[in-house]
Amino acid sequence: MSPISRGFHGRRHETAADTKRVPPGQYVTTDFPVLSAGPTPHTPLDSWSFSIMQSGDTSKSWSWQEIHALPAEDVTADIHCVTRWSKLDTRWQAVSIDTLLAQVEHNARFVLAFCDGGYTTNLPLADVTGGQAWLAFGFDDQPLQPEHGGPARLLVPHLYFWKSAKWVRGLELLAEDVSGFWERYGYHNYGDPWREQRYAGD
Amino acid sequence: MAGTAVRGRLTWQVATAGAVMDETASVRTIDLEVPGWTGHHAGQHLDVRLTADDGYVAERSYSIASAPDEPVAITVERLEDGEVSPYLTEELRAGDEIEIRGPIGGYFVWPWGDAASPLLLVAGGSGVVPFRSILRHRNDIGSTTPTRLLYSARSLADIIYRAELDMPRDGVQVIYTLTRQ
Repeated sequence: MSPISRGFHGRRHETAADTKRVPPGQYVTTDFPVLSAGPTPHTPLDSWSFSIMQSGDTSKSWSWQEIHALPAEDVTADIHCVTRWSKLDTRWQAVSIDTLLAQVEHNARFVLAFCDGGYTTNLPLADVTGGQAWLAFGFDDQPLQPEHGGPARLLVPHLYFWKSAKWVRGLELLAEDVSGFWERYGYHNYGDPWREQRYAGD
Repeated sequence: MAGTAVRGRLTWQVATAGAVMDETASVRTIDLEVPGWTGHHAGQHLDVRLTADDGYVAERSYSIASAPDEPVAITVERLEDGEVSPYLTEELRAGDEIEIRGPIGGYFVWPWGDAASPLLLVAGGSGVVPFRSILRHRNDIGSTTPTRLLYSARSLADIIYRAELDMPRDGVQVIYTLTRQ
């Protein structure tokens, strides 16, 4: 039983409808905070590619132009950062990961996203398929800015936002789970905001 | 910077507020008595949970301001439209109980002594808080690691820990950059 914090009443300015959309321990912000573990890379678009890797080999790779030739979707989603901010109704322009994986033969069960700058994050294949994950290159109908992960980032809004890797350059398809960057530093392996899976053991 | 990972499950524990100290007009350091604290590395953070009398709960994360050899302390900047920071900087008194869990974070830490390479710390505003822990730790262990802190604040009056940062220390250089003055 938590002790009452004397004199604390909370602000609770979220509407009842918002409350149902905000996971436990989160607050709604209208800003778009910027958090990253290292410097922002600036990869020229003509040397950018997105690759699907298996056993160290490239199964399929798309250039910037080839990604944009694929069917894009307008995705509206609520996003939840483990540092406790949530942002509602964010609008992205993106290609579904289903579209990319459909061009590759595999029987993977996990993926490890890899990025410019060396960042990685791991996800079950089941969480990046079935219309749940995208490669996003637009935000609010504008090119995705570098500080928010541009030219392209992963978008997996049903998990804490560190799983939506900025500056993503590909997915490694794996039979076994391999921990990513923050996952190795004690953050939760799966990261479901509705179960408040912030840190290992949550 | 790199270090050890969080081990095992982090559980909430009751912390009792001790001394509070105003650092600037909007920033306060709060000492916390935490009987079950297992220690921390310089640069780690903790989670704070407040519970209203009707059960409403708010949680935030704060950097740890104290060195590993010292009792736990956090430094909080009041955000005018904030929910938790106005409580912690204006309402909380010595003897009040809040809940915390931690320490958290294995990446942004400085657990080393003289074996480490030179240290360049760059902070803006309340981002300097984990660096007080690192600078105090450097001092506590007698490290001679060459260290430089570049610290951006709005004005001289907004510099947190100014008296401490202005104290000369061998091998430590502190450079301020002011954005509104």
